[in-house]
Amino acid sequence: MAKFQGAIVVDREKCKGCGICASICPTKSIGMSKEVNGKGYHFAILVNEETCVGCASCGHICPDGVITVYRAKVE
Amino acid sequence: MTLNEICKPENLVYKKTSLLTDKVMHYCPGCGHGTIHRALMEVVDEMGLQDKTIGVAPVGCSVLAYDYMNVDMQEAAHGRAPALATAIKRLMPEKFVFTYQGDGDLAAIGTAETIHCCNRGEPILMVFVNNAIYGMTGGQMAPTTLEGMKTATSPYGRDVHKVGWPLRITEMIAPLNGVWSVSRHTVHTPAAVQKLKRAIKKGIEDSMAHKGTCFIEVCSSCNSGWKMNPVDANKWMAEHVLEYFVPGDIKVDGQMVR
Repeated sequence: MAKFQGAIVVDREKCKGCGICASICPTKSIGMSKEVNGKGYHFAILVNEETCVGCASCGHICPDGVITVYRAKVE
Repeated sequence: MTLNEICKPENLVYKKTSLLTDKVMHYCPGCGHGTIHRALMEVVDEMGLQDKTIGVAPVGCSVLAYDYMNVDMQEAAHGRAPALATAIKRLMPEKFVFTYQGDGDLAAIGTAETIHCCNRGEPILMVFVNNAIYGMTGGQMAPTTLEGMKTATSPYGRDVHKVGWPLRITEMIAPLNGVWSVSRHTVHTPAAVQKLKRAIKKGIEDSMAHKGTCFIEVCSSCNSGWKMNPVDANKWMAEHVLEYFVPGDIKVDGQMVR
């Protein structure tokens, strides 16, 4: 079975830190950062790079559309 | 594999559609409006209808929807979006016309316009965002506020014997002959967003084919108005709001299914 590894890129300045992506992530790969962005929000970050499978659930639900999702096949 | 190796254009799976502008939305963190804007614009983008789409923005939280959607938009007076959309569709019948309205706009001040637009069967898509509260003005009681729900103007909870029951306007307009399809959706899970996108696609196809009014209600959370954090608001919505406003199809292809 082919294995996939995913990654997300979050637009840190636009993220409002609502945490919905972290709550619905099926592999619990997303968390909220300790630092804050220009508006004072704790933005979303990829906390576990190995477990992300690039399912794009976070991208589909993000209210502000700040998440871009990538997925690559692991040979 | 490192992150830099994965984040290449050929590995791209999901990206915000270009039909949403780069403006930062003014909505509160976790508001469903952003997700609904994006679902709508993604479908318009997938169908290649950007230059054929005309939207009508309401008054309410989504009053600035025209700033975020990169299609032709017009701003209507409070509650009068269906009247404006009727005029646009009649003047330009080949366009896809949609209205985007909240519950204070569509189900309160604009009830008459909504009902008569649906009764005339104007071939437009109406997207109705129901968050059970007046969000923009500071969380007052709306017609859709649930029984016992505390708001700024019902601090002891909504008393249904004084102010009436929560209005299910979606069920109310469904039996009208002019209405082609009616369904209710949510945006609190990724699967629900996909379902909403499928419904929007069908609504666009049917309204472009002049079959009748297509009506989509989307239950959304208003965490600021409900005084919760965004994740809890979504949970509360799944437990309470969706119990009264049951999601699913109500009318499909002119036939009542519920």
